Amino acid sequence: MSPPRFADRILQFFCSPDQLEEIQGDMHEEFAWQLRRVGERRARWRCWWDVLGFVLSFALKRRSTEYSTTHLTNPIMIRNYFKIAFRNLAKNKGFSAINIGGLAVGMAVAMLNGLWIWDELSFDTYHQNYDRIAQVMTKETEEGTTWTNNSMPYPLSTELKTTYRNEFVRIVNGSWISEYILSAGDNKIARKGQFLDEEAPDMLSLKMIYGSRAGLHDPNSILLSASTAEALFGKTDPTNRAMRLNNKIDVKVTGVYEDLPLNTQFNEIKFVSPFELWVNQNPWIKERALHDWSNHFLRIYAEIKPGDTFDAVSARIKDAELKNLANFKEQAARTPQAFLFPMSQWHLHKFKRGMPDPEPLRMVWMVGVIGGFVLLLACINFMNLSTARSEKRAKEVGIRKAVGSVRTQLINQFFSESFLVTTLALLVALVLVTLSLGWFNNLAAKQMTMPWRNPWFWAASLGFIVLTGLLAGSYPALYLSSFQPVKVLKGTFRVGRFASVPRKVLVVVQFTVSIALIISTIIVYRQVQYAKNRPVGYTREGLITMAMKSNDFDGKYEVLRAELKNTGAVAEISQSMGKMTEVVSGNGGFDWKGRDPRRGEDNFGTLAVSLNHGKTVGWQFVQGRDFSSKLASDSAGMVINESAARDMGLKNPVGETVRWTWSRTNKVLTYRILGVVRDMVMQSPYDPIQPAIFYLKGHNGGVSNINIKLNPAVSIRDALPKVEAVFKKIVPLVPFEYQFVDQEYALKFAAEERVGKLATFFAVLAIFISCLGLFGLASFVAEQRTKEIGIRKVLGASVTNLWRMLSKDFVVLVVIACLIAGPLAGYFMDQWLQKYTYRDDIAWWIFAVSGAGALVLTLLTVSYQAIKAALVNPVKSLKSE
Amino acid sequence: MKRGYLGEFEEIVLLTVAVMEGGAYGVAITHEICEQTGRAVRLNQVHAALERLEDKGMLKSEMGEPTAERGGRRKRLFTTTAYGRRTLQEIQEVRESFWAKLLNPFRPATSL
Repeated sequence: MSPPRFADRILQFFCSPDQLEEIQGDMHEEFAWQLRRVGERRARWRCWWDVLGFVLSFALKRRSTEYSTTHLTNPIMIRNYFKIAFRNLAKNKGFSAINIGGLAVGMAVAMLNGLWIWDELSFDTYHQNYDRIAQVMTKETEEGTTWTNNSMPYPLSTELKTTYRNEFVRIVNGSWISEYILSAGDNKIARKGQFLDEEAPDMLSLKMIYGSRAGLHDPNSILLSASTAEALFGKTDPTNRAMRLNNKIDVKVTGVYEDLPLNTQFNEIKFVSPFELWVNQNPWIKERALHDWSNHFLRIYAEIKPGDTFDAVSARIKDAELKNLANFKEQAARTPQAFLFPMSQWHLHKFKRGMPDPEPLRMVWMVGVIGGFVLLLACINFMNLSTARSEKRAKEVGIRKAVGSVRTQLINQFFSESFLVTTLALLVALVLVTLSLGWFNNLAAKQMTMPWRNPWFWAASLGFIVLTGLLAGSYPALYLSSFQPVKVLKGTFRVGRFASVPRKVLVVVQFTVSIALIISTIIVYRQVQYAKNRPVGYTREGLITMAMKSNDFDGKYEVLRAELKNTGAVAEISQSMGKMTEVVSGNGGFDWKGRDPRRGEDNFGTLAVSLNHGKTVGWQFVQGRDFSSKLASDSAGMVINESAARDMGLKNPVGETVRWTWSRTNKVLTYRILGVVRDMVMQSPYDPIQPAIFYLKGHNGGVSNINIKLNPAVSIRDALPKVEAVFKKIVPLVPFEYQFVDQEYALKFAAEERVGKLATFFAVLAIFISCLGLFGLASFVAEQRTKEIGIRKVLGASVTNLWRMLSKDFVVLVVIACLIAGPLAGYFMDQWLQKYTYRDDIAWWIFAVSGAGALVLTLLTVSYQAIKAALVNPVKSLKSE
Repeated sequence: MKRGYLGEFEEIVLLTVAVMEGGAYGVAITHEICEQTGRAVRLNQVHAALERLEDKGMLKSEMGEPTAERGGRRKRLFTTTAYGRRTLQEIQEVRESFWAKLLNPFRPATSL
């Protein structure tokens, strides 16, 4: 009978070697004695109790070796570690440069991505009450589908402000956001703004530069953002100065607030005026909307009490709308449920057609994952190079041990080297990030700054240094330091045949990531190009558009048109509802001969235009004709696009009659189809074309934009001043602000182009880092095989033979990487393409080109080293050492 | 201070080693102390005390013979050094001089 073997083991592990024998002996003797005295079970218990006692006392005080050593954290030793580390770096300048440079680039990319993610995640946190602000929204269900609504009826706000007053600290009504002309003296600018209740500045914790947050108390007041104030009044204090909105509303500046940062939702608005002013300016609100639960036009922001949760309040206000809908049966059937949409979710968890939109969050993930991958590539380089090189250092380990180094000292030595490299890389990375941040901000459309004072940033950097240092340094530190000096120095030591396997696996991983990124980049670019090449259906060149933002345009159109045409700089001019690059209105309620009775509600784009619109934007008629000024009956005419003709199921639509019933008033308008035009890309170039109809007069309001087709014979630079002069003369109170339609159209590609640029950037860096690592490895291999190459040459191998021999290993790895990356990238990019209706196929040649490209790069990288090694004179290489 | 400081437990351990005259090692000392004082002493405490006393130079040790009971492991046998013995003696003298000065020596209790 002997004590538990496990107890022995524990003692062995914890006990210092010089004491082990006596203590273990004592344990055994004690156990034997207790066994006789109290029996086996209790003897075991006592044994464990004793072991525990020993372990605890060893944990407090431990002597690690039989011999006393210089203290490991002795400052002299530490200085020595770093001195040796520096000498090693300086001795192998090429390796050090590759190591530090590659790692720095990887870290810089990771940092940029980290900043981007940080910026996304910290959206709206500028507001002090960030975690208590929400927008009131409703969820409605109709035929099994749920959607969310952020336009609220006015009485809901009243209800919340009375019945549910106790749930909230503040409730703020808001208008929709739109652009206004701000004028002060002769200065005129157009800026977006919102009308909000007077508590808004407190709720949003606006930082006032001039005036106070109480500024919205006076109904005819305005708070300006700092940049807007400067544009209007210069650098002076504008409080109490008078200005006008849209050239008709007189307001007084009562305050200026610090510009909201770009990563806030309210950054969009550049001025705030009292909600009351908006109500006064829109008489229909008081006439019809104050008690109408079916008129949705309001935004409601709410601030809950500290300690309360959004979910709890949402649950309590759930029925605020529904219980008042006794007179609105149809609306009640959709069971609208009020809920709070917290500010923390506005940016990354917004709703799209009633469903949470996964795109923003997916983008954050994508950037994070790519940043992680690039960093991983850099770390792999670092590890590969240091492990490859460390085999050469086996002899050093042997000699160090022979002269008396203890293992821990070697471990410290190797770790301090890898920490030194990572620290240097971090410094280089910080410089790189600081230099490239402006460029990256431009690319990502953000305003990020280096968080020099953010402790988290430093903690993350430090954590990264420690992690990479440990990962990369652990192989040499823990493995090499265990060599027996006798074996190493005698030369019988061999690194195992499989020592290079992990390295090969890592190279494959690197190239898989790089090649996958290249494939993805090509696919993104082709998709954008494909959409750009889509037939647009109208002429964008030389077409400018401007919104008629104020009433000053009323009744001036004909004069404008005549004057503009007189200048000779303008070919044609027309009015339309919205710009050519948007479909601002869509409706149902249509009926025509042969309409399939099983059809659901139509959703046609319904756009009013003026005469000559077709000529201005270059409608391409497939059938029929344009509106004509000569035929009065054309005012009840309609031009439809091809999609509409197809959707209506009409073979020969021209001449057919279409009836349009307006659901609110049951008024019917009857149209005759005059012509069919080619489909026009007005919305997303990736979506199918919406069926659309164009008419001169409709139910849904009138024209809102002026389109001007410049005379192609006159250069734009000459034409614009002439156009401007006419506008200045006829509508002097409106700033001459226009947009080029082709530029507006190009904006539709901005998001995808941004993704494409980012992907290119990352792909280039990834392949750069991977090649850098390969270069290092190749030079290492060539160096290691110097003697072999010498002997081969002596025996008659040609340079080509040697080149092939040295390159083969790497080429095989890259081919494997290609085989993995192809299907992987293909799968994920196919998923990505699925979200576009109008999309390009993934062609096989993309994979072939990416793979071939990677191979060529590999060969170029490796060949340099291979040929250099193959050209060396064998006499020299064999004589060496 | 004239002599090295000794804790109460250390003093007992030192004394036990002196008493055991050459046969003193971990387990034996532990059992002896248990028997003589009736305290529940743990092995690791004794080891720690022995180590401290050796550091102070009051004990010296050498490895003894292996026994089968110990799984063939040797004992560490402790003996007192002259310094250790003198320290014990000084402690004893200090105490005796205090006892002698006691005006009312305690009488052994004869009843409750």
